[in-house]
Amino acid sequence: MFRSIKINSYFIYGAAFLVGGGLLYGVGLLLEKDKDKPVRFGFGRAARQEEIKAWDIDVMPDGRGLPAGTGRIKTGLLLYQSKCVSCHGNGDQGSIELPGGPLFFDHPTEKTKTIGTYWPYATTIFDYVRRAMPYNAPGSLSNQEVYDLTAFLLFANKIIPENAVINQHSLPKIVMPAKKRYVTDNRRGGAEIR
Amino acid sequence: MISIIQHLLISTMDDLISTMKDEKDYKISRRALLGVAATAAVVLVQTSVGKVVQAAVPQPLIIPPDPTKIAGAGPSLSGQVSAFEKSARLTSATSSRTPLQDLYGTITPSALHFERHHGGIPIIDPQKYELMIHGMVDRPLVFTLADLKRFPSVTRTCFIECSGNFRNGKEQMTPQEICGLTSQSEWTGVMLSTIFREVGIQPKATWFLAEGSDAAVMTRSIPISKGWDDAMIVYAQNGEAIRPEQGYPARLLLPGWEGNTCIKWIRRIEVSDAPFMTREETSKYTETVNGMVRQFSFVMDARSIITFPAYPVRLERGWIEIRGIAWSGRGKIIRVEISVDNGRSWSLADLQGPVMDKAHTAFRYLWEWKGNETGIMSRAVDETGYVQPLYEDLCKARGSKGGYHFNPVTKWRVGKSGEVLLGNT
Repeated sequence: MFRSIKINSYFIYGAAFLVGGGLLYGVGLLLEKDKDKPVRFGFGRAARQEEIKAWDIDVMPDGRGLPAGTGRIKTGLLLYQSKCVSCHGNGDQGSIELPGGPLFFDHPTEKTKTIGTYWPYATTIFDYVRRAMPYNAPGSLSNQEVYDLTAFLLFANKIIPENAVINQHSLPKIVMPAKKRYVTDNRRGGAEIR
Repeated sequence: MISIIQHLLISTMDDLISTMKDEKDYKISRRALLGVAATAAVVLVQTSVGKVVQAAVPQPLIIPPDPTKIAGAGPSLSGQVSAFEKSARLTSATSSRTPLQDLYGTITPSALHFERHHGGIPIIDPQKYELMIHGMVDRPLVFTLADLKRFPSVTRTCFIECSGNFRNGKEQMTPQEICGLTSQSEWTGVMLSTIFREVGIQPKATWFLAEGSDAAVMTRSIPISKGWDDAMIVYAQNGEAIRPEQGYPARLLLPGWEGNTCIKWIRRIEVSDAPFMTREETSKYTETVNGMVRQFSFVMDARSIITFPAYPVRLERGWIEIRGIAWSGRGKIIRVEISVDNGRSWSLADLQGPVMDKAHTAFRYLWEWKGNETGIMSRAVDETGYVQPLYEDLCKARGSKGGYHFNPVTKWRVGKSGEVLLGNT
């Protein structure tokens, strides 16, 4: 048979006191480690509003960052023919590999990675063309030219009709065909292969 | 006062020098010295697509028949690898690959670190360099390179791997061709969390945009949690300033994450409440998995490759030390298993310590090859319990035979005459 063990309440108070003291000592060590570390060092200088404005060229899917303006499909077509076609082709599936890859096909399939079949957001076209294109003169296009090219590329990918108006309000509202296929990676390691 | 002996010595030296000036052998020996000291010059070469690449032009190397009978070259301002060593990156128009099969240990020499550029290598004056942080912060700030170097510094060793680091398709492929888009360096810089505290990140911020100052003005959206965890702004690589092709004068380093997110030549960080959906995280650097498109798959999964023996090595019978590297973006490598019988059985390889977090880890395994035909392979296991998949298993799980984040076991087929060829083609 078991014999019940009666623990003196003073013993419990004593143990609690010791554990508490140990914890306080541990916190004290941590504070000691960081006691000379400032919250801030005061290095660097304040960014000026005009500096931020000059570099802040990104455009977000909800339209933040888009300048005022309207894209014209026909002007975009002419711009594309003079500045883009040599690297991106004209929509026909030729045998020559294009340096910049095709952006649209006359007859796209599920497997072609063009704007119409693979890009999930229309705003990305504006952002990327403005920051990086054309390859031989990056960042040289005006906002108007970028709007015109964006409108043309959406039309060439059969996403908007010929009479569509593309501006800072309508561009973020376009639902791209590929959007529904996008999922965010949720793998976190472990045995499963996905 | 000069002693008689010193006087005699000086006059004798003078005589000797004046005689040497008249003699042809002095010139020859001097040329020989120069020949050894400077054996390669660097020139710029224009490729067909208008990209400029650097190429070494070999100069004649005079090899003395007996190095003990000729004075060697003197000290120099900056050293070069031996003129006998031919290790080189393998270039394409937009990338170059590390010669994994030529390396020892786990540090990639800076000159051989893989490259992937989206608008070429910019030239940035370190005196004019600035990093701006704005958006959802209490204090938008601009830091010079000197400012960044004033902050408490941290040094860590980790790999950077391009997420598009898988090639196959033929039997005659070297480790460099199969997965040469991974390299390891010792990086030094400032923790991004230190800079976050400096600017004061607002509570509702969830993402930040990192932007480079190259011609592509490269951008990626990064979860703010990685910034607080182990992200760094680094300005040094393997003890010296970062190489121009690695982001001089400063780049973002996200240990364990795909190389594309480690924005080189970083000039701007914008803190925000949503991802920006840039071209590099939508139409590129995403992978199709069973018809869906997987996005923001940042972490590089565990992987390994046997770098010796590998194509084009020809084996000789007897004892062979199988060598290679293993790595995982999710933490430490806990073991590497080797099969020398086509995958029927697996044995533990020795790991070279210290095994570091998110770092190339060297492994070795002694094997006696008796001349039989077989397949040899390695598979890495990381601390999350992830086991590097076989090629067939990964293809089945993804519904594809390649693409980004493709990390299958590499199998080398060993033929009867000792030839080593890529097995998973």
